[in-house]
This record gives sequence, C-alpha cells and structure tokens, in this order.
Amino acid sequence: MTDNEAREVVGDYKAGWHDPENSTIRFDAGLSEQVVRDISELKNEPEWMTEMRVKAFKHFDERPMPTWGNMSMLEEIDFESICYYLRSSKATENDWEDVPEDIRNTFDRLGIPDAEQKWLSGVTAQYESEAVYHSIREDLEKQGVIFLDMDSGLREHEELVKKWFCSVVPYSDNKFSALNTAVWSGGSFIYVPKGVHVELPVQAYFRINAKNMGQFERTLIIADEGSSIHYVEGCTAPTYSTDSLHSAVVELVALPGAHIRYSTVQNWSANVYNLVTKRGIAHEKAKIEWVDGNIGSKLTMKYPSVILKGEGSHAEVISVAYSGSGQHQDAGAKIHHLASNTTSKILSKSISKDGGRGSYRGQVTVSPKAENCKLNVVCDALILDENSRSDTYPTMEVANPTARCEHEASVSKVSDNQLFYLMSRGHSEEEALALIVNGFFEPFTRELPMEYAVELNKLMALEMEGSIG
Amino acid sequence: MSNDSELLKIQDLYACIDDTSILKGINLEIKPGEIHAIMGRNGSGKTTTANIIMGHPDYEVESGTVELNGKDLLEMETWERAREGVFLSFQYPQAVPGLQVGNFLRKSVAATLGEEAAKGKEFRNKLKESMKELDIPSSFLGRYVNDGFSGGEKKRFEILQLMLMKPKLAILDETDSGLDIDGIRTVAKGINAAIRGTESGALIITHYSRILEHVKPDKIHVLISGKIVKTGGPDLALELEEKGYDWLEGKSES
Repeated sequence: MTDNEAREVVGDYKAGWHDPENSTIRFDAGLSEQVVRDISELKNEPEWMTEMRVKAFKHFDERPMPTWGNMSMLEEIDFESICYYLRSSKATENDWEDVPEDIRNTFDRLGIPDAEQKWLSGVTAQYESEAVYHSIREDLEKQGVIFLDMDSGLREHEELVKKWFCSVVPYSDNKFSALNTAVWSGGSFIYVPKGVHVELPVQAYFRINAKNMGQFERTLIIADEGSSIHYVEGCTAPTYSTDSLHSAVVELVALPGAHIRYSTVQNWSANVYNLVTKRGIAHEKAKIEWVDGNIGSKLTMKYPSVILKGEGSHAEVISVAYSGSGQHQDAGAKIHHLASNTTSKILSKSISKDGGRGSYRGQVTVSPKAENCKLNVVCDALILDENSRSDTYPTMEVANPTARCEHEASVSKVSDNQLFYLMSRGHSEEEALALIVNGFFEPFTRELPMEYAVELNKLMALEMEGSIG
Repeated sequence: MSNDSELLKIQDLYACIDDTSILKGINLEIKPGEIHAIMGRNGSGKTTTANIIMGHPDYEVESGTVELNGKDLLEMETWERAREGVFLSFQYPQAVPGLQVGNFLRKSVAATLGEEAAKGKEFRNKLKESMKELDIPSSFLGRYVNDGFSGGEKKRFEILQLMLMKPKLAILDETDSGLDIDGIRTVAKGINAAIRGTESGALIITHYSRILEHVKPDKIHVLISGKIVKTGGPDLALELEEKGYDWLEGKSES
C-alpha cells in the first residue's frame, strides 16, 4: 500500500506523525554546532532550547568516553558516520529486500503479520495503527492527560517542558545524555493531572512510532500528585535499524503520591549501540518502577535509576538481559535514598550464551540524613555455556546506620539433570532449555502486558534453537 | 507388535558410568498390564537401570538391548522415549524456578500425548480429579516446578504427572523413599489408578517392601551387583524383609 492509498483508506490525521508533503530532509553525516543549530531551527524551537542544545553539544564534544563498561566496543563508534537528523517517514524507509533474512524469519516465526513486519523494519508506515493510536489519545484527552510526541509537547506546552526538561537528567550527566540533548528528536511527552489514574498501559503508541522515533528520542513523563500511569516502550520483535547508534534519554517525575511504571523491552538488531540514560525522581510517597528488558543490540549500557527525594517514596527496578553471540549487555540499576523511610528493590537477571557477555552494574546509596531506609538487591545470572560470561559490579554506599540492606547474588548453569528431567517429559533439548530460560525470566515477564510476555517467551525459545551441539 | 507382546524387553544389558561397570547382564520382560518391582541395596544398579531405560546421558550402554513394544529404545533420544510412552518418576525431581506447575503439566501432556490431549474440559477434569486423589490443593498449579517443594510434595507431583501423561511404561525410582505411611498410601493409590486395568506396565524400584503392600507387584526381581539374582512373586518381598539380602549374595539366576 502506498502512502496515498493508505490515506484514502483511513483518511488524514491532524495528529499524524507524517509530513503531508512527504518532504525528505536528511542531514549529512557528522555533527557540529551548526548541525545542532540547524536541527533546532528546522523545528522552529524557542531560543532556550536551541541554547540548551548547543551547550549540550559542547559538553558532548569535550567529554571523554566513559572509562568503564565495554570501552573497546565504545571506541568503535564512529560519530562522524552517523546521521543526526532525519525527517519524514519516506527518508527512513528501506527496501524490504535489504532487511536481513534472519530478522524476516524471526518476524515470521513470532507470528507477526506481514504488514506489521514491514512497518517494524521501517519499510512502510502503518497508517492503520495510527488510527488506533488516535482513539487512545482521545480517550486520554478526556481525562486531561497530555500525551504528545516530544516535539509537539515543546510547541504546545512550552512552560511545562521548560520547567522539567533536563531537570532529572542534566545534559552534563554523561557523554550520551549530552549527545541526546544536543540532537534529540521525537520521544514522548506525557503529563498526567492530579489524581488521574490512566488505567490501561499506554503502549500502542510506541509500537506505532518506534521507527519514527529515531535514534535520539527524548521522553519526559510527569505524573502529578496522586496520579498513576504505566508506560510501555519498545518491541519484543526485532527492531531493525540501519543506524547503529541509539541514544535516548528518559526523565520521569513522580510528584507526591504518584506512581509511574515504565516498561521496556528492547530488541535492537545486532549492529546497534544502545546507550540510554533513564532516570526518575520520586517525591514524597511516590513510587517509580522500571521494568527493563534488553534482548537485542550489540552493546547496551543502561542503568535505570531513581532518586528517592521525598520521604516514604519507593523505587523498583526489575530487569533482564540476554546476551548472545557478539553481544554485551551492561545493564543494572541505580537508586539514591535521599529521604527517610524510603524503600527500594532491585531484581536483575541475566542470561549469557554463545560467547555473550552480561554485566550487572548497580549503585545504591543512602545519604546520611535518610533514616530507616530499606534496600534489597538480588542479581541472578544464568550462563548457558563455557564461552559466555557474566560479571557483577554492585556498589552500596550506606551513610546512615539505620538502613536495612539485603544483597543476594547467584550465578548458575543449566544442569544436565535439569535438562534430563524436562526431556523425560517429552520436551526436546531446545524446548527444555527454553522452559528453563523462560522460567528464569518469569519474575520479569509476569510484570509485562500479556502480548509482550507471550512474544518474549516465543523469542527466547527461538534464541535457544540451534544452540544444542 | 513383535516379541510376543512384551511391553518392555531388556536383554543382556551391560552398562557403565565413567568406566565403572554397573549393570552386568540384565534380563527383564514386562507384559502389558503387569507391575514388576526391582529390589536391592544401595549401589546395586537399580537407579542405573531406570536411568538407562530413560536415556540419561551420563550412562554408557556397553551391550545389550532395551525394547518397548519391539522398538529399540536405545536408538532414541530421551524425549523420543517419553513420546513413545516411557515415564520416569524421579528419585530426586529437579526444580525449575519460574516454570509454573500448571503450565508445565499442560506442555508435558501436549508433548507426549499431543496438543489436543492438553486442551479442553476433559484435560481440566482429569487434572482436577487426579489432584484430588493425591490430596494436592489447587494452589499448587501456580507454584514453580519442584521449587521449594517438600519431599512428599515432590513425590506426589511425580505421580500427578504419571496420572496425566498416561505412559505405556512407568518407572518409579524410589518413589516411596522419604514418605510416611500416609504418603506411601497416597502415591500407591495414584500408581494403581494409572496402571491397573490398563495395558500399561510399571517397574517399581525400591529398598523396602512397604510400598509393595499397597501396589501388589506381579513379579519381584532382586538386583545384586548389577545382576538379577532372583525373581519371584509378591511373597518374595516379605522374605526379603525378614532375611535381608545376604542369603542371595553370589547367586545368579541366569
């Protein structure tokens, strides 16, 4: 279906993401202050945003690469070859034939319909889904929820954006948050008014827009007092990208008594560097939960964090990481207890296979003034063969003696006896392995919306295929 | 069906683990509907026999044959044997954290008896009925396979699988060990329900005669140092209870 045909079927949307003219603007590869200024000008941004972008660019330019994580992989990133701004869906479209065959096979085997396959690969735009998105948005609007892409958010709610943008993750936080602030485009802007509970997980939106979001999306969610929202990002299906750097920033603000849950499953293709900064601030009695799954990418460095700023606030980070051949998932969590009676829980599970490498990197701090904090950290690693690797880098800095800390870590292997037991029940060796692996991930999977959980289980079963010698 | 309707036929089976020879010429035949027992001390080769029939990778068969309804089991992978109708109730069932009992039962029935058998009302009724028979509460279905189960729960769960998977040949490896009298009575009820009155057969491996009071075997074989040294009827269990195994040392029936 061509764009025009699609438009005939479903009509035109004011809220649509696509340029009516289908204009194609693609910047030359490489980054400079001028490119940053051009991006901002093209978007007609207010001056403060332009200046923030420029300051961020300068910081990015001066800041050295991180000296931890996977330094040799980081050194391979060629910033000059990356295109920092694309506009119009046309520009992102690929030829279906260019989508690697293994990804096409995975789509088929996950049972993803043909149209959605092409859309996920960026080959076509999905007008039908946009209609779905539109009705979801109308529903939310009735409750006073603002739910826009970040660019529209800035245009339509400048004061809110100005107040909170970069308030949780300053551009100077790290090299990649600086890069994102300099060149961000797309992402979500959400404001949930006081006392409003968004009942359904907000998810269709991102499945629709994952492709358009591009590599440098910027998301800001503000949950006002006593409100709640569950936001779901990403895709269990492989997300094919010809661009090799994905560097997002997500900022969450949970005002007193608010509850934000942010769930992610990323399955970037194996050429992608996924270097993401995610952080939330929890005010008094607020609750922030990150449910974070990392299946794809070449290198992921991501440590969802929560600053427990208000008394009685609570943080939870539940994450899983799967590292196959050539992959390194350096993931974990950071939680800072700044106020009294705050509680936190980290559960991290990683699987490495075929030479893949999984690292848990965690930091939990309790400030001297924070009384009676409770923190619990559990990291479990499952290593499927001799060539694979798992490391744990946990840090706990507890400056108040009233804190109660628990930390457990385990590394396990799949035992022959476990496999034999499952095989004696009629399951082939690959099926048995998939049962064990999906069981290992179950504490994570059960937190996901059903369709994501089902897809993730199927995906892991596919990953276990061909793994038996 | 070849081999004169033998359900299980083991001939001259020699097997070892890590170059230590354990089975030294086992011969055993079970007909459809029969329940046999193998008794013997620790280390006599009882569990090895069970593991070899199921295909445990640690054991090496040196010579001999094992056939189910005339089909060569030794040529098959473990899961193919299971799909062919062999079931092993483990002495030490393995935990699979995160795998829910209900899900596992459905998947295992589907793997062995086909997708249709694991669907619909009939399956659910059979599940409910079997759980009731084994005094297993319905909350059990939401737990993780053998994860944090007590010894008794593990054994009852093995028998629940037996009842649902309806194998042609059930091997019960020390199912009675670690159970109290009530526990033994309960699992025995399950074994009888699964085997008696069907064309299936069972091989019960045990130290003690207690379980055999509740599941009357058709034949009892005594295994000493990798060989069956005596075969008899149900009364042999009582004799062993009284006299121990010493009097059979050095004997060989074959």
